[in-house]
Amino acid sequence: MNTLLKLLSNRWTLGLIVIALVCLVPIVITSKYWMHVFILILIWSIAALSLNLIMGYTGQANLAHGGFFGIGAYATALLMLKLNLGFWPALLLAALITSVVGFLIGLPTLRTKGSYFAIGTLCFNVIVFIAAERWESLTGGARGVIGIPPPSPISLPFGIVVKFSTLSGMFYLSFFLLLVTLFIKYRIVHSLVGRSFMAVRESEDLTSSIGIDTMKTKIISFVTSVFIVSLSGSLYAVYIGFLDPEIASHHVTFEVLLFVVLGGIGTIAGPIIGTIIVTLLGEMLHFLEAFRLVAYGLVLVLVIIFMPQGLMGGIRSLQQKIAARDM
Amino acid sequence: MLEVKNLSKHFGGLRAVDELSFKVEKGDILSIIGPNGSGKSTVFNLITGFHEPTEGRVLYLGEDITGLKPHVIARKGIARTFQHTTIYLQNTVQGNLIIAHRLRTNTGILGAIFRTSRHRQDEKQCLEKAEATADFIGLYSKRLLPASLLSQEEQKRLAIGIAIATEPQLLLLDEPMGGVTDKEMGPLMALIKKINEQGVTICLIEHKMGVVMSISNRVIVLNYGRKIAEGLPENVAKSKDVIEAYLGEDYHA
Repeated sequence: MNTLLKLLSNRWTLGLIVIALVCLVPIVITSKYWMHVFILILIWSIAALSLNLIMGYTGQANLAHGGFFGIGAYATALLMLKLNLGFWPALLLAALITSVVGFLIGLPTLRTKGSYFAIGTLCFNVIVFIAAERWESLTGGARGVIGIPPPSPISLPFGIVVKFSTLSGMFYLSFFLLLVTLFIKYRIVHSLVGRSFMAVRESEDLTSSIGIDTMKTKIISFVTSVFIVSLSGSLYAVYIGFLDPEIASHHVTFEVLLFVVLGGIGTIAGPIIGTIIVTLLGEMLHFLEAFRLVAYGLVLVLVIIFMPQGLMGGIRSLQQKIAARDM
Repeated sequence: MLEVKNLSKHFGGLRAVDELSFKVEKGDILSIIGPNGSGKSTVFNLITGFHEPTEGRVLYLGEDITGLKPHVIARKGIARTFQHTTIYLQNTVQGNLIIAHRLRTNTGILGAIFRTSRHRQDEKQCLEKAEATADFIGLYSKRLLPASLLSQEEQKRLAIGIAIATEPQLLLLDEPMGGVTDKEMGPLMALIKKINEQGVTICLIEHKMGVVMSISNRVIVLNYGRKIAEGLPENVAKSKDVIEAYLGEDYHA
């Protein structure tokens, strides 16, 4: 019993158990509706994790994440439909395109600090939305892009063929990319690079005084963050098979922001937990229709007032309080 | 090793630093003193690239470093502390010192993601430097504590530790004794002397005259951004201009 507890408290074993359980989901869950919800949770988790990198760890309130999600999604769809590229090359190329756009936007906006950066990026998000709506020859305008094909099946050894036209195939693909994202994020956060991100977050003056190029550090964090959000945009495009300008709008930004803030800014697991809670909440509140956004706003305000560190941050400080009392 | 030539900084109509020239020689402990608002901190900000001078040059080891970015100047070997003790409060003591040595390593984000042997080597180098520095500043036993739990005096020492973990040749200390009790000043002064004995040239801004007199081999006095006296501590203390600047014209000795 004791060894079992010890094993469970080990991060890695716990992680492996969670991975195994998630892998069982498509086998156990037969409801198409719930599979759909789970796939969306996986896709949006990737977006939330990537926002947390620039916002939570580097301290730059990027309010253009929906725009970058949209650029990744549109780029993937257009590369597949207009250039007949396969999903995987389109995924990578879209991420590169999004990164280049991110780099070009980051150069002027990251020079500014605090709320100015937030305003600058929000403006860019609005521009992306308008471009998606008005650049009809490229994006199809308000009608959107339709008929985006699912990724073609891949053959694994032993005659196993993974099809992505099925819900379970899409589930595993999204889960795989989520794990890749988590792995990359874990490695970054626990490295000298991640330490530089957090140093910039705490004090730009001190950080530049110890020889770290803060501008370069912010650019690296920003570009990595939009590279990853592009991956989730690609997944969304091929999963839903249809894109309209709304997917590149600032509404998306605020939804992802809510995932991160509710779950716990600057924590590894927080954004995923926030995504799960808000998505499930959103499904339950479908009857509210447009008033859902009001509910989101209310939740956001309450979290910022009562739990500024989000759920994970709240749990962590609770643990510290208990530990301090036991001492 | 450092030469400041006709340095001026104007903020609007205010001449914070006015045609200031001085030299720091290798091995010096040079104190810059002067009444509040006499431009001392601005001089540090000009040397380290936080402000761009209106006029004048800063030469370091014979090289013109005027107008370079702060991180470039830090890499050239000039470290500084800030007047308001500035450390990474959310990080541990060791974490503060690890990041301070980051500038002497150069693996990037791909090295971090793939955890290349180069990156592991860099991490090891930073950790070793951090542990050695924690020991040097007398915080080895507290190296795993969050910096926010340190006392004011310990935070001062950590701020100095962060600066020396960058391996500077010239260290600029902005009021290292500010906000510490008289009893705590002794160990801090000993630390500064110890750093100097390791071959680091030191330039400090200080208000506590006892400290200035006992620690420095040379003193520069600023008033309204101008240099009004320079020399050995005991001579400067007797200077008529200095007494006037500090106490007003009525206090002629």
